[in-house]
Amino acid sequence: METSNATPPTLSIRDLRVWFELRRWGFGHVGDVRAVDGISFEIRPGEAAAVVGESGCGKSSLMKTILGLYKPRTGSVYFSGEDIHAQGRKSIHAYRANVGYVQQDPFAALPAFMNVWQILEEPLIIAGGHNKANRQDRIRQVLEEVKIHPIEDFLPKYPHMLSGGQLQRIVIARAMILKPRVIIADEPVSMLDASVRVEILRLLRGLQQSHNLSFIYITHDLSTVKYFSEYIFVMYAGKLVEKAPIGRMLRNSSHPYTQALLSATSDPEAMNARVYKEVPSGEPPSLVNPPPGCRFHPRCSKCIHGLCDVQDPPEIHLTPQHQVACWLYSQR
Amino acid sequence: MTNQPLLEISDLVMHFRTSQGPVQAVDHVSFRLNPQRAVVILGESGCGKSSLAKAILRMLPNNIGAYSGKVFLNGTDVMSLGDEEFRRSVRWVQMSLVPQAAMNALNPVIRVGHQVAEPFMFHNSAQRKQAMELVKQMFHYVGVPADFISRYPFELSGGMRQRVALAMALVTSPSLVILDEPTSALDLLTQSNIMNVLKRNKAELGTSYILITHDVATSSELADDIAVMYAGQIVETGDAEAFFGQPLHPYSKMLMASVPRLRTDVEPDFISGQPPSLISPPSGCRFAARCPSRFDKCTLEPPSAIKEWRTVKCWLYQ
Repeated sequence: METSNATPPTLSIRDLRVWFELRRWGFGHVGDVRAVDGISFEIRPGEAAAVVGESGCGKSSLMKTILGLYKPRTGSVYFSGEDIHAQGRKSIHAYRANVGYVQQDPFAALPAFMNVWQILEEPLIIAGGHNKANRQDRIRQVLEEVKIHPIEDFLPKYPHMLSGGQLQRIVIARAMILKPRVIIADEPVSMLDASVRVEILRLLRGLQQSHNLSFIYITHDLSTVKYFSEYIFVMYAGKLVEKAPIGRMLRNSSHPYTQALLSATSDPEAMNARVYKEVPSGEPPSLVNPPPGCRFHPRCSKCIHGLCDVQDPPEIHLTPQHQVACWLYSQR
Repeated sequence: MTNQPLLEISDLVMHFRTSQGPVQAVDHVSFRLNPQRAVVILGESGCGKSSLAKAILRMLPNNIGAYSGKVFLNGTDVMSLGDEEFRRSVRWVQMSLVPQAAMNALNPVIRVGHQVAEPFMFHNSAQRKQAMELVKQMFHYVGVPADFISRYPFELSGGMRQRVALAMALVTSPSLVILDEPTSALDLLTQSNIMNVLKRNKAELGTSYILITHDVATSSELADDIAVMYAGQIVETGDAEAFFGQPLHPYSKMLMASVPRLRTDVEPDFISGQPPSLISPPSGCRFAARCPSRFDKCTLEPPSAIKEWRTVKCWLYQ
């Protein structure tokens, strides 16, 4: 992503830190939860990037900061070159029309008391600038794009009348309705059945390509990433440990944590039942008191004592597009 | 391997009463499981796979409609036992359950060590001191640090709670453990760690498993046999090797094709349409409406065809 690509990035994140203050009895500072700790990346129009990490690694905090829901402690989110927090609430309001958000759980993401029509009309009313006929046209258009048909049958339906796959399509329609330039999808298929997952992923990929959207796909499932994005960012305990284009990541993963994730992902083959997997023991560290040095070192089998457990690993460029934060590669 | 199967289920039926009519959650299910084997029940949500677990363990809800069939465990017909007898001599003595979302299944106000000890104290009429010794061993075995014994569930992470639930299922050394989506709420690395524990347990203690899951890729970690469930019925059973190599039933074929794979470049596919309602399922083959290879005969109930130790409930194999 550091290559001198002609198109400027849609979204640029620079040294973002999102810390949550811990207070005792409501006052008095006792520490910070460092959910996101120094993350930078850029996404250009038409690119999709997957952020992969386990629960508690800070990927949701990262996403919510990009959506403008949390204010970063330091660092900024730039959209089309402008800091989204620079002009206070007004700039955030304008920015929000440009980012769509696809929630993880379609069963909980839609209000139970609104029908499909009301759900999709509300963002248009809030954003303003549409009369009733306009809104009607846009709703029909977006429902066609997410392949809900017959449209007329669905408009008066309430969420409980729809299946998981249909609900997720409505969630996607709601994210798309203001014609955003960025879509953030938080595990969009993890709550859906296997047979529907691929259908929804293809729909998202199709929308991303036909509208030239920038896409951030947050997931823990590496096997779906391949079909979906150009880049993978691997996140561990608040930091990005490896960034690479998808093909290179699958062939030449470099960080021990990425390698562990890849080897833990199984393909459906009968031989899996006969072998034990090599998995790093232990659990991700606390984000209040992260271990010094590399945050993965207590679980890492290749840990260099006296280095990995003392100093933060540098970010090393293996190729212009492949970066890894690991001491193993610092001699190159 | 002995000739006698550990578990043999034939014609198991469990229907729920609802105001709209009976829900046919488990509809004439038959399969068998040999000792030291693991069978995976694969199916999508709402196909009745969790109900099947409840039916085998006789954990019946209040709105139970029909409940019949035969369940032979080690050669005895456990369906003919009375409820009290079943509770004393079968449930948790010969077979136990790791419930779905086991991480939320623990009692929040009892220390985890005591929770794990309880089934052992009850079924083996042991003293707490003796039971706690065993709990210590079990915790070590499933990979929970020994000092977690006196902690409460909220002090444990999801993976640790799952291990505790597993320890609770294993503490009475049952010959069969039913695992209902044991790892679906967990992280990838934790998932692999728990699968390693399950594999080791099977190899060392000879425990058999029924693993209920919708996750085809993870299921292959443990599977010796596969049973695919669709709309309350088992549509295909077979040896894992043969099944993953070549599924037979059109539903199994499409299900396998829908799994994204990391290491091969096959574009995954999806199954259009939705499973039928279990309140008034279609007559004939229940998959017919979504099946690409349906023909006239599919309006009739397909028989189970047996082909090289595998069974397929499909007219194509008649």
